[in-house]
Amino acid sequence: MPAKNDPPDLIKRVRRGEHAAASRALSLVVNEDAVADVLAKDFFKCSGVAQKLGVCGPPGAGKSTLLGRLIARYRAEKIKVGALMVDPSSSVSGGAFLGDRLRVMEHATDPGVFMRSLASRGMIGGLTHAIFGAIHVLEALGCRKILVETVGTGQDEVDIASVVDTVLCVTTPAMGDEIQAMKAGAMEIGDIFVVNKADLSGADRAVSALRGALGLGRSAGQEPQAWGPPVVATSASSGEGVAELAEGVEAHWRYLKDSGEGRARLKKQHAAELRFWMQRRMIQAALDRVSDKNLEDLLALRTDPASLGRKLMRAR
Amino acid sequence: MVRGEPIRVLIAKPGLDGHDRGAKVIVRALRDAGYEVIYTGIRQTPEMIAAAALQEDVAAVGLSLLSGAHMTLFPEVVKRLRKAGLKDVLVFGGGIIPEEDVSALKKAGVRAVFGPGTPLQSIVEYLNENLKVAR
Ligand SMILES: Nc1nc2c(ncn2[C@@H]2O[C@H](COP(=O)(O)OP(=O)(O)O)[C@@H](O)[C@H]2O)c(=O)[nH]1
Ligand SMILES: [Mg+2]
Repeated sequence: MPAKNDPPDLIKRVRRGEHAAASRALSLVVNEDAVADVLAKDFFKCSGVAQKLGVCGPPGAGKSTLLGRLIARYRAEKIKVGALMVDPSSSVSGGAFLGDRLRVMEHATDPGVFMRSLASRGMIGGLTHAIFGAIHVLEALGCRKILVETVGTGQDEVDIASVVDTVLCVTTPAMGDEIQAMKAGAMEIGDIFVVNKADLSGADRAVSALRGALGLGRSAGQEPQAWGPPVVATSASSGEGVAELAEGVEAHWRYLKDSGEGRARLKKQHAAELRFWMQRRMIQAALDRVSDKNLEDLLALRTDPASLGRKLMRAR
Repeated sequence: MVRGEPIRVLIAKPGLDGHDRGAKVIVRALRDAGYEVIYTGIRQTPEMIAAAALQEDVAAVGLSLLSGAHMTLFPEVVKRLRKAGLKDVLVFGGGIIPEEDVSALKKAGVRAVFGPGTPLQSIVEYLNENLKVAR
């Protein structure tokens, strides 16, 4: 039997659809293990086939419950689904409370669904450094819809719009006032807006407030956008509105494929992933080369930070 | 990379009782001790717990049970985990478990049993000791 982390064996098994292998591969990729690059080299070949959906919004909006509903719809059509659910790591302990599975456990034993909880591990903005690599594992596993749940929009280091193809922004009627506040970040990146908990009062008002805010973004005389983000009211707990939401998601996917936008987005995603990789590896490598002697040299004024920095960046 | 990545632990509640305050207290204590804790919620079947443990690639599974069905459910979870190929996953349990059941549970593969009133710190310390070496 090959070793547990043997890359060729893992790759073969992931591509065969084995969940155990995908799970192990995900850990190696997320932990930036020595063999992660070998795995990623192969898995990347599968990129761009699946529709990647970002589900973002504040805690408690119903993202995970909605995720469960969308998964159920895809499963009814026998589509293999992957889900990555990101929660923040504690900045104090480095640990994390990953509780999104609570709402999707009905799919736990479905062999056509693979779900993984991820901690942000120090990255601000609701995503994790390993998000691209994690997505590629699910692509290689054969998932054709990949859902990424995240709090917020990740705008600080990389925004969710440079990670996925279709961004769902989820709010609730109770967050009516926050709609104004969110316009700066989310209004620009949302492809579909969801007012969840439509069973609560104020849903209609929230929907029209959102539509109004979205309309404001377009000034008179401007060309009509090829894709006007729809606003959908859902009740994830009862399932109402989920069909309409799923149709919106499909319509966006068709739009991406039929227009040049899909290709442009994929290119943007690859650019973000490349930038990430370079930042993580090159800067970290240079930082690791900083020695106590370097600092002593600075103290003794034998060199200066810029000269030293340039030298350390050039070193191999 | 030689950085110490957080160790992942799954906390689950098999069986029918719907009280998960105790389980959530453990989840928080482990998070505060630096673990990444996946919480699956109440009324989980052993199959669901094993599938979640497999997909989450956890080092340990903690089971909390108040309903008294631990003698059937805990060993069943161990069996399902092993069947799923998770040979090294450490299984521990807590809840209202009488002293006289402990040795039978250990024989069935539950490595540690924490009775009512166990200080959280001893659970954390147990995992600290036993998971570091397992890795
Ligand atoms: N009334 C109502 N409650 C909902 C709805 N969707 C989710 N919830 C509840 O909102 C809470 C948070 O849901 P969750 O999916 O975990 O939200 P998340 O933090 O955004 O992932 C849970 O108690 C859900 O049962 C809905 O459509 N209507
Ligand atoms: Mg959630």
